[in-house]
Amino acid sequence: MTARERIAGNVAGYVDDRTGAAKWMKKNLTKVFPDHWSFLLGEICLYSFIILLLSGTFLTFWFDPSQREVVYDGGYQPLSGLKMSAAYASTLHISFEVRGGLLMRQIHHWAALIFMVGIVVHLLRVYFTGAFRKPREFNWIIGVGLLTLGIVEGFLGYSLPDDLLSGTGIRIAEAIIQALPLVGSYIAFFAFGGAFPGEAFIPRIYTVHVLLLPGIFLALITVHLMLVWYQKHTQFPGPGRTEKNVVGYPLMPVYMAKAGGFFFIVFGVTAFLGAVASINPIWLYGPYTPGQISAGSQPDWYMGWLDGLVRMSPPLETHAFGHTISWNILIPGLILPGIMFTGLALYPFIESWATGDKREHHLLDRPRNAPNRTALGAMALTFTIVALLNGGNDIIATTFHLTINQMMWFSRIGVLVLPPIAFIITKRLCLSLQRADRDLVLHGRETGRLVRMPNGEFVEVHEPISAEKAWLLTSHEQIAPLELPEHDAAGVRRPAAIKNKIRNRISRATAVAVPKATETERRELEGHH
Amino acid sequence: MSNEIEQIKDPGLPAHVHRQTDTDPKAAARAERQVAILFGLSAIGTLLLIYSYIFIKDSSFIFIPVLGETNTQQLGLGLGMAIALFCIGAGAIHWAKTLMPDEEVIAQRHEFRSEDEDRAEFVKTVKAGAAAAGLGRRPLIKRTLGAALGLSALTPLLLLRDLGPLPKDDLHKTSWKAGTRLVTDPGDRPIRPEDLEVGAVAQTLPELAPGEERTLNNIGKDAVLLIRLRPEEFNLDAERLSWTHEGIIAFSKICSHMGCAVALYEQQTKHLLCPCHQSTFDVTRAAKVIFGPAARPLPQLAITVDADGYLVAQQPFTEPVGPSFWERSS
Amino acid sequence: MKRLSRLRRHRAAGPILLIFALFTIGTTFQVASAVNNDTTSVADRSATIEEGRQLFLKGCSSCHGINAEGGEIAPSLIGVGAASVDFQVGTGRMPMADMSTQAMRKPPVYNAEQVNALATYVASLAPGPQVPSEESLNYERDGSVADGGELFRTNCAMCHNFAAQGGALTQGKYAPTLMGVEPKHIYEAMITGPQSMPVFSDKTITPEEKLSIIKWIKSAESEPQLGGAALGRVGPVTEGLLVWTLGIGLLVGVAVWLAMKAR
Repeated sequence: MTARERIAGNVAGYVDDRTGAAKWMKKNLTKVFPDHWSFLLGEICLYSFIILLLSGTFLTFWFDPSQREVVYDGGYQPLSGLKMSAAYASTLHISFEVRGGLLMRQIHHWAALIFMVGIVVHLLRVYFTGAFRKPREFNWIIGVGLLTLGIVEGFLGYSLPDDLLSGTGIRIAEAIIQALPLVGSYIAFFAFGGAFPGEAFIPRIYTVHVLLLPGIFLALITVHLMLVWYQKHTQFPGPGRTEKNVVGYPLMPVYMAKAGGFFFIVFGVTAFLGAVASINPIWLYGPYTPGQISAGSQPDWYMGWLDGLVRMSPPLETHAFGHTISWNILIPGLILPGIMFTGLALYPFIESWATGDKREHHLLDRPRNAPNRTALGAMALTFTIVALLNGGNDIIATTFHLTINQMMWFSRIGVLVLPPIAFIITKRLCLSLQRADRDLVLHGRETGRLVRMPNGEFVEVHEPISAEKAWLLTSHEQIAPLELPEHDAAGVRRPAAIKNKIRNRISRATAVAVPKATETERRELEGHH
Repeated sequence: MSNEIEQIKDPGLPAHVHRQTDTDPKAAARAERQVAILFGLSAIGTLLLIYSYIFIKDSSFIFIPVLGETNTQQLGLGLGMAIALFCIGAGAIHWAKTLMPDEEVIAQRHEFRSEDEDRAEFVKTVKAGAAAAGLGRRPLIKRTLGAALGLSALTPLLLLRDLGPLPKDDLHKTSWKAGTRLVTDPGDRPIRPEDLEVGAVAQTLPELAPGEERTLNNIGKDAVLLIRLRPEEFNLDAERLSWTHEGIIAFSKICSHMGCAVALYEQQTKHLLCPCHQSTFDVTRAAKVIFGPAARPLPQLAITVDADGYLVAQQPFTEPVGPSFWERSS
Repeated sequence: MKRLSRLRRHRAAGPILLIFALFTIGTTFQVASAVNNDTTSVADRSATIEEGRQLFLKGCSSCHGINAEGGEIAPSLIGVGAASVDFQVGTGRMPMADMSTQAMRKPPVYNAEQVNALATYVASLAPGPQVPSEESLNYERDGSVADGGELFRTNCAMCHNFAAQGGALTQGKYAPTLMGVEPKHIYEAMITGPQSMPVFSDKTITPEEKLSIIKWIKSAESEPQLGGAALGRVGPVTEGLLVWTLGIGLLVGVAVWLAMKAR
């Protein structure tokens, strides 16, 4: 035993005497993780969160979260001598006087955008592969929570510098709060310490941005990861992969090296963006004052769809009994997003209610094999993309020589018409892909080689696919639709008749599928040849 | 039925295929060198960062295609950091892929559900605990405890009360009074009607009394846009027409939708556009909404001239300015 | 970029100076004729007016009317002043190429002398805003960049964007970018209010303040990239586009490589 081994052994022994960690570690260091690129999307979020913590801490050393008025005397000439808040002035100081400060600001902001992109693509992967099904519903809900909090955290973050663009964003947020029936103006006055903009808001959201929300994030992410650890990762179907096992690489050393390496990759890419691409150039925006505005005032992309919805809203307001309700703010700003996020959070339960499937699932679905779910996802995605495009309609209009009015009408109609179309197209696409799978299994791969038969007919040679591939294309389950009784034995409508009827209908729609190829059919076909 | 149809069978995990690095010592040595080169590149990246930090002035610029004339220090620091981090990651991954074992391992999943006995035991323990505490038998304790807990939740609500003052009539009022002069923003100069040509606009605020300071809160409610048209271009009722002066009309610049500064005036169409949500207002018809999400016209400020010939407000705004709120009556 | 812009400035310096010189001569003549009643300059001026009238009849009168009284498709030019003509024709907006949404900036059809002649002719019809003299456009000396920024953000940014990159108006109209626009033309636009743009009177924004605005625009134009590629200086839309393409693209690319089996 070398000296080094002896020391390591002593340290490990010391820790284990007090914690008993060896038993747990022994088991978990060999924990198996399946390997697929899409399983790293969640890691992108985790790592950008760490980058956000690191770069954010750096920024707090110089940032002064105060709306106290100061006169700028820093190095950026075009703002020299102007009155501005200390928050804005200190952000300028970080950008121009702290070496690497601008880089850190840009890394922080790019990391925030990547964090949100990561959450969305991770969510899409989990959704379209059905990874949210039992037993992972809790983690799905935590994920939706993280997405929602991420939007809030991002908004608060870019609001801190108190520049003209972010101030405009806060102005709009205040208008949403103020539009709440009954309590709106009270909550707004409490939040802002009086009328807008006041001098209290930035110090307050600073605490929320750097302390409260990161704390909640940390807690939720920990639970999220612990559940992934405990429940083991899902895996894609394939030869040797079952609902009972997990096939992949052990944590020590392969996965540790890969995952650890990927952290540095994410940090490196973020630093690269921070180095080469300007983000949130607040010195160009100028300090905030309510009397100024810039053309093309947009929020960051993860809020863009909300802004797009607000833009396309019809001008509805109710004035009655001396009170005002602003539907043009409440519907696109609170009610619709509320419905969307609630629906998103409850989706696992809705699906299992509709299909009656209460079993555990550890093998992922190929999206084509769950046509209804895939189509529903495409529909929601289409809705959000139309809204997002409308959020940037002025930039799109000037870039492509369109008019904002055309864009707005396109969005107003498109947001209602395009999602159902996307649903129908996607569902059909899934079914034809299923058909293609079936053909592939039954008739093999087209080789492109033509052979002349004795009777003079030309046929293309089909090559049978491998056993592995055939298994992959047929291993999925095709569940039968629910047949819940609408009438009891005596022919009388049951109390739950309507509910059951709806469930039967949804279940039938969900179960629509091209029958998968079977060994029997294969053999029959072989017999014919 | 399902008995007759035979499904395609799982062929099982395919046999492991060896990599070049598993079989060829030369390939393994090459992979090792590649990993080492990546780690070496990372070190160079950090050196670039250190060099940039110490030796490159923050006032030096370098022309880079696509990026343009770019700050050298910022670029050097960033690229150094990016290279340093990325290459560590790439090296580690390459190492794992080529030199660490790549045989896939099968692990069994365990069932999450507890055994039935455990569940029953759990329920029993909880019940026994509750019984021992006597919650069911002592409703008085249960009720008073519930009430106490519920009441204590009021504490944070109460303590948060001092976050801000009550709105009172703050949202209804602006600084404009009868006779307040309109002054330019920025510049604070009073304006005579003849200062504005037809087609001209001016961003204005109420004149400050001596010693008064202008806060952002004031600007947020007081900002007013002056526009001069030909008087015959107006399409206003008599009252609103009397609020204009020689073709000059004044509107609150704070959008009636969500409070952005509506100042985007198109001189030819006489339309005002809010760049935030693209509500469009027709100036000739007292800022009637003709497009977009805003539901109300911009409040109009009645103006006239004072004895010295400067533009002043005839009266305060007759309605609250800015976005809607519950207590707003119209 | 700095080198480039310097070059551009160099290249442009000649023509600009020439134009300035011509207009200085033009305006000095006007002033001189008023003060001295100098017979030769009066003669020169009427010759210029005549030249301008001829150009007008050939190139403009079909829309603006024989006597610039305006027509169904084009406004009257009586009283618009020399500054308006100099802006519209000098930036190539007039004559209009097509009658769609708005006149676009393009290479001018007329040379500086002809623009001057047209401007002098139109100015002779009725008084209007004059072309600013070169001396009065010394924004480097007379302007303040910080004040200019403040004025720009209050009066201009709502249409032209925070960095003067331009923005959308209603029905396909747009506020053009101010990058590369000559100071004289920016000044003329402010005093004449071309097309959708309103007029900014000298009393509400003083000539000195106008120079500050120009100084700020020029400073924004020549500002190098302090934080890397500017992404068009249009705010978060292009940032979002970049993160959804390059950002996530790079990361997914590495993830695919990571999960690919080595051979």
